[in-house]
Amino acid sequence: MTTKLREVDVVIVGLGWTGGILAKELTEAGMKVVALERGGMRTSENDYSLPNIRDELRYVVRHDLMQNTARDTLTVRNNPQQEALPMRRLGSFLPGEVVGGSGVHWSGHTWRWTDMEFKIRSNYEERYGKKFIPDDMTIKDWGISYAELEPYYEKFEYTAAVSGKAGNLAGTIQAGGNPFEAPRARDYPLPPLTPILASEMFSDAARNAGYHPFPRPSANASQPYTNPDGSKFGGCQYCGYCQRFGCEANAKGSAHMTVIPIAMRNPNFELRTHAWATRVNKDSDGKRVTGVTYTNVLNGEEFEQPASIVLLCAYVLNNVHLLLLSGIGAPYEPVAQTGVVGKNYCYQTGAGATLFFDGKYFNPFMNAGGSNATIDDFNTNWAFDRAPHDFLGGFNVSGGFNTALPIGYRPVPSGTPQWGTAWKQATAKWYQTAMTINASGSVMANRYNCFDLDPTYRNAFGQPLMRMTFDYKDNEHKMGVHAAGVINDIAKSMNPTKLNSATARTDPWTVVPYQSTHNTGGAIMGSNPRDSVLNKYLQSWDCHNLFVIGANAFPHNSSYNPTGPVGALAYWTADAIKNHYVKNPGPLVQA
Amino acid sequence: MKKPELDRRDFIKGAVVGGAAAAGATTAITPIDIAQAEPAPAAPTAAPQAAGYEFLNLDEAAFIEAMVDHMIPADDISPKGTDLGVNIYIDRALAGSWGKGDRLYMQGPWKPGAPSQGYQLPLTPAQLYRASIEAANTHCRKTYGQSFDRLEAAQREEVLVGLSTGKIKFDSGLPVRTFWTTLYQTVIEGMYSDPIYGGNRNKAGWAIIGFPGAIAVHRDHVESYRGKPFPSKPLGIADLS
Repeated sequence: MTTKLREVDVVIVGLGWTGGILAKELTEAGMKVVALERGGMRTSENDYSLPNIRDELRYVVRHDLMQNTARDTLTVRNNPQQEALPMRRLGSFLPGEVVGGSGVHWSGHTWRWTDMEFKIRSNYEERYGKKFIPDDMTIKDWGISYAELEPYYEKFEYTAAVSGKAGNLAGTIQAGGNPFEAPRARDYPLPPLTPILASEMFSDAARNAGYHPFPRPSANASQPYTNPDGSKFGGCQYCGYCQRFGCEANAKGSAHMTVIPIAMRNPNFELRTHAWATRVNKDSDGKRVTGVTYTNVLNGEEFEQPASIVLLCAYVLNNVHLLLLSGIGAPYEPVAQTGVVGKNYCYQTGAGATLFFDGKYFNPFMNAGGSNATIDDFNTNWAFDRAPHDFLGGFNVSGGFNTALPIGYRPVPSGTPQWGTAWKQATAKWYQTAMTINASGSVMANRYNCFDLDPTYRNAFGQPLMRMTFDYKDNEHKMGVHAAGVINDIAKSMNPTKLNSATARTDPWTVVPYQSTHNTGGAIMGSNPRDSVLNKYLQSWDCHNLFVIGANAFPHNSSYNPTGPVGALAYWTADAIKNHYVKNPGPLVQA
Repeated sequence: MKKPELDRRDFIKGAVVGGAAAAGATTAITPIDIAQAEPAPAAPTAAPQAAGYEFLNLDEAAFIEAMVDHMIPADDISPKGTDLGVNIYIDRALAGSWGKGDRLYMQGPWKPGAPSQGYQLPLTPAQLYRASIEAANTHCRKTYGQSFDRLEAAQREEVLVGLSTGKIKFDSGLPVRTFWTTLYQTVIEGMYSDPIYGGNRNKAGWAIIGFPGAIAVHRDHVESYRGKPFPSKPLGIADLS
């Protein structure tokens, strides 16, 4: 039996960065908001405090803050000919499952994606011609512009305490910043983090090679900070326990210590934890949604929460899964290329080298989430000619450390035995005296990389798992070759004692080991309902009172971390709802 | 390496069946005698506590002890694996929620799948360990006439190489590489996880690499120790609780 609750103005599914931003903004606008979060409540004071938060086994290896795959997971395969099998435990990516979501355990890297991404098809067609884009590459313009998002990027950066150095202030290039970034109205709210030896050595080598290194912008407060909402940040402690951990210093910008507590103090807001959304309900004509059905996972009781507006703010994968389970929008089919929901799933690629310097102490346990120097010369630099390398997209290259803890990080030169005294000697010698250079590369949409519902496997609620079909294509392989070459040239110029060179990836994508929690697409934005699920306000083309906020809206993936545009789009959507939608409910863009 | 003539397993098994069968004429042996017969662990490690096993049976304990002492021998870098408590860590991990399949999606149908699809066995980690140790010992008895813990060092080395490269195939059909990657990962965890989990005893694992442990507030150090060795006596969660 399902208990039907009283209607509210807004129901939010998932309370991380996007749900938290919308909860704060809409309750402040006077709307009654209920948030459903499948995970439990966690706070910095109670859960992310010393000494217990310093536990690599619990947080990194055993996934304490992450989605529990025993209850719900995906099935995975590399291509439509393969039989998909369940991802039986997490590996390649790590969706969060607590109040605060993945924004608790992120590293804080915050980028502004630019018109190079938002106008990708137009850009490449204009410069290289239509034929440069492979037939099966389903990239498209996003239907939004950098100029539209710029104030919302700024709002997110100031909310999340991003430390960095502007590279382009209103069109004037700034020394020490990223010269290839798009113009910004204001500098970052905080100066860059203190550099570490590895990032300094990388910067010197990159500069000598003619590149343009800059400190990676990160939501790790370089000094104590109070954001415009009054949320207080401590200064980053460079503790080395950033990625996969909550921050005991409240120095890492996270929704659980900024927007969520503000919403929770507002009488218009109600949070229900352990509330697992199983379906978004449609009204009889299919043009509106009526609310969300969910289960209280503490006792199995089912509820229907009616609402005037439904906001899906769960992780990318769970937003798309809910759409598919609810029958909202036509499911995508990759062979006939019909439908839209599940289309353009993208991931990221990369390459990396480890450099060993006898006698140099890098102290890999002293770093912030963003203790890297980065070059964008092969990424947002449009002057970099892709034609000779025959790929679209780009990669950024970084030197430094992030969460180099000993269960996961014990670099030894290639050829070192895996056990015994010689192995221990090498581990002891090189743990502190090695550094890494890594590239993160974009993944272009491909017609065969997509989501749909699995025909066989089910979750704890008896619902079909979502099926992920994904593999890297030639474009990524070619980019990997180029990225590995760039990394190795920089690395060799630094004269390391020993070098584990970067190699281009050629194997299929695998669910282990960890690679990146930057999954994108599946419910993408666009300028018409024939090839997208959402309009540029992340409003469903099918049901105008449904908004789906997150990286699910990205029609392809760049080399950058996604949280910058995810946060900006959440503020952008909040404004569209507050200023336009509630005054005149209906499609914000005519199909 | 000297072949062990009498170990705790012999004693306990002997005691159960009446003493003489396993241990020959040495009926007067007590657990205290055995403890004294073992070499004292190298300084600075304190004497290991008599921890006992929650999950591992006698054969499994002997296998794991021999395995971790082979992979992590006592030398000037660290005490041996059992003195680091790696065997205890593994036992507790297998007995606990992880070993019982916490967070593991355990619904069928079960298929081997492609390597890119990850773990697909219908076994919890504890079940995988149990079945794999049995299979590994079967291989050892067939090849060398002895279980793994009774092998010479060179034979143990040969077995480890066979397991890690997949050259050894288990007759039972268990995928060797799946066992090896699980085993290897848990050995690493037993060396480098916080001592509250039973391994990394006295933080001697962290000491190998100079990892400072749970005490990690480096705001003032990031500049002053840039490029310099950081003098560190590692501290764990229990030290700070």
